[in-house]
Amino acid sequence: MLYSIGKDSSVMLHLAMKAFHPSKPPFPLLHVDTTWKFREMISFRDETAARLGLDLIVHTNREGLDQGVDPFTHGSSIYTNVMKTEALKQALTRYGFDAAFGGARRDEEKSRAKERVFSFRTATHAWDPKNQRPELWKLYNSRIRPGESIRVFPLSNWTELDIWQYILRENIPIVPLYFAAERPVVERGGQLIMVDDERFPFQAGESPEMREIRFRTLGCYPLTAAMESNARTLPEIVREMLLARTSERAGRLIDHDEAGSMEKKKKDGYF
Amino acid sequence: MTTLAQSDPAAFTDYLARHEKKSLLRFLTCGSVDDGKSTLIGRLLYDTKLLFEDQLRSLERDSRKHGTVGDDIDFALLVDGLEAEREQGITIDVAYRFFATDRRKFIVADTPGHEQYTRNMATGASNSDLAVILVDARHGILTQTRRHSFIVSMLGIRHVVLAVNKIDLVGHSQEVFHRIVADYGAFAADFGFETQVAIPMSARFGDNVLDHGPNMPWYRGPTLVQHLETVTIGETDYDKPFRMPVQWVNRPDLDFRGFSGTIAAGVLRPGDPIVVAKSGRGSTVKSIVTFDGELDEAFAGEAVTVTLADEIDISRGDLLTSPTDRPEVADQFAAHLIWMADEPAMPGRPYLLKIGTKSVPGQITEIKYKIDVNTFGHLAAKKLVLNEVAKVNVALAEPIAFDPYAVDHDTGAFIVIDRLTNLTVGAGMIQFGLRRASNIHWQALDVTREARAMQKGQTPRVVWFTGLSGSGKSTIANIVEKKLEALGRHTFLLDGDNVRHGLNRDLGFTDADRVENIRRVGEVAKLMTDAGLIVLVSFISPFRAERQMARELAVPGEFVEVFVDTPIAECERRDVKGLYAKARSGRLKNFTGIDSPYEPPEAPEIRLDTMRVTAEEAAELIVQRILGEPSGPAI
Repeated sequence: MLYSIGKDSSVMLHLAMKAFHPSKPPFPLLHVDTTWKFREMISFRDETAARLGLDLIVHTNREGLDQGVDPFTHGSSIYTNVMKTEALKQALTRYGFDAAFGGARRDEEKSRAKERVFSFRTATHAWDPKNQRPELWKLYNSRIRPGESIRVFPLSNWTELDIWQYILRENIPIVPLYFAAERPVVERGGQLIMVDDERFPFQAGESPEMREIRFRTLGCYPLTAAMESNARTLPEIVREMLLARTSERAGRLIDHDEAGSMEKKKKDGYF
Repeated sequence: MTTLAQSDPAAFTDYLARHEKKSLLRFLTCGSVDDGKSTLIGRLLYDTKLLFEDQLRSLERDSRKHGTVGDDIDFALLVDGLEAEREQGITIDVAYRFFATDRRKFIVADTPGHEQYTRNMATGASNSDLAVILVDARHGILTQTRRHSFIVSMLGIRHVVLAVNKIDLVGHSQEVFHRIVADYGAFAADFGFETQVAIPMSARFGDNVLDHGPNMPWYRGPTLVQHLETVTIGETDYDKPFRMPVQWVNRPDLDFRGFSGTIAAGVLRPGDPIVVAKSGRGSTVKSIVTFDGELDEAFAGEAVTVTLADEIDISRGDLLTSPTDRPEVADQFAAHLIWMADEPAMPGRPYLLKIGTKSVPGQITEIKYKIDVNTFGHLAAKKLVLNEVAKVNVALAEPIAFDPYAVDHDTGAFIVIDRLTNLTVGAGMIQFGLRRASNIHWQALDVTREARAMQKGQTPRVVWFTGLSGSGKSTIANIVEKKLEALGRHTFLLDGDNVRHGLNRDLGFTDADRVENIRRVGEVAKLMTDAGLIVLVSFISPFRAERQMARELAVPGEFVEVFVDTPIAECERRDVKGLYAKARSGRLKNFTGIDSPYEPPEAPEIRLDTMRVTAEEAAELIVQRILGEPSGPAI
């Protein structure tokens, strides 16, 4: 199970715990660590795996790391490709998984709206959106040849509101970054970027200021914009979400690289 | 939404509770490129405030680039997510969209309407309770309207909305609307729709989508959203007899053995008697286990783990059912089938069928008739191509439990999977079981195949020679048989040409007939190995799928595929029977290698390169292999 530590992953993991009870989910968690995740995400990840007694595999693209690929100097496009997409492919190939669960939802983005629940990948992890297997009723075709794999999206038909409501109802633990708090940020290009560690390269005239912020979606800290908010509880978050006038992926800088951006990344193997 | 912003926390909690209790309606929209289907969905999202500012901004940007409505926002671009779709201005694939109103939550399947996308429409319809069928007011009922209604009806949808769109382009005319409604009623009467509501609308300007708008005071019916919010979707699955396909046997330790799955129909309580449909073995429910504790009852749609009072044999794919109202159990049934692959469907070809959680090998035994989706006429057919719909008979390798699709979609629907490519190639809806299966029982025989083989002192084999016409199959097979005969072995040679003079003289050379040709020979070869013989089969057998079928008929390890690999140029040069010359001149149709394909084996037991070894050497190699250590389980 691809475990990205975000709210959708938390819901998916909770569902897996329920689905297999009283057994444990019969698969490990895989986290692709770019080394640029928020520190609170990493500690939450380790606590979660320990609390639930699950195997956690952490994979980092070592070559990318050795080459010093980082989101500030290489730009989000190259960085995402090397440290996320390539890293994920490396991990899937290395462990030879036939299937990997992901927490993506169809309401997130246009090309995702057309993706199957059981989404086939070739031996090179490529997705061919024009040649997907028809998916009828609840009958999922899970057959593959050696080397090929399936990405499974159990939350395909959930909406952002469904996710938050379920977190609220089931009392599912989530990373504290989703709740508003005073945090150090820099405003850059109209987006609020949190200064999570000492690697943050300040530009001339920039200095971190404390603002009450929270995150609607979590990724790598340099690429994930915060929003000003004072929603400190789950009901406040849900309420704020219902009033919001921008979509959650607006804070994902990589989606806006170019039109059809997500479809391109997904064809290459991005989750 | 403003009321929400100003509401106090208690009122907000109420709001959330209400939202959680909202029912979900899944529907699909069908219509062609020009009917404004994507525009309608875009409009629904926009009017129900499901569009965010950043999405609107990128929509405005895309509208300027690809839009077709001048300076206005082109809502179609919102839903056509794939690059090719935006470029060509068409919808290729099914897209799912989500919105909610104060009364209901909705999932919309946006499906393309052209005939070449029938499979996508069926896909969208398979999970929907209602269909919105769009009609362009300027054109009225078209062939495609009939097609959409037919497919929707076949997939078991009982509620339709006839959306007479672009009414603004006919001057919001009441007469036009009523004429279209009357036309539709005339042919839709046979489709068995429970509700059928016609609404005049303009998706582009929003009339009668969410609000009535000022342009059609003559229309007093519900708007589309009003209707979607209130339409009652028939009987629930709770009222049906209990069904639960077992997804997984849950065994965390030796003390616990439960059966996990989602209840497809009915209600389950501890103490209820259940049976395993196929074996007929029964027990009673001990407990219904979930992560949140044990349940007193569980309903259709809930995923649970059931423990039973007795240890009975149950595995993934079994169907747990009520003992009094059981499903059918049969290995043959009649069904509607929609073909979804470029490669045609052929009777006799082996496929894998998935029904519920069970996957089982099977084949189409007969195409009763093909259905013209535009005229609903019945046509004779030997094969089915992409997007064709037919009534077929299906035979499976083992009996399965099922209900007719009309009774229960979860236990009556199946998909067809190609065994070589693993693609989903068809979707079927079971109509009824065929009784033939229950009247022909296996006769138990006292003299076994093992005894017969032992009497002859040999391991039975099917040695399957495949290759182009003129590759040398029969020559080599003939030498092999002479050598075996000389060694005192009991053999039989089935030669393609000879068999076509007798057993298969009713078959021609179309792809469908070739499939049947090989099926029969495979069955004969199997009977002969049961008799203890070493069977040599010399057939072009051009398709992998049929050779695979012949292999699966044989006892594991007894099948030896020999690929007589002679390049076509060499076969044509030899042309012992003068057939290549005939085929080249067009006097012989469907000739393998010329105008009919040959699929070489991917992993034959023996590959013979006839450019490098003589027929004699090749035969010797095969004899050594046959008489050597058996490659599979010894008898």
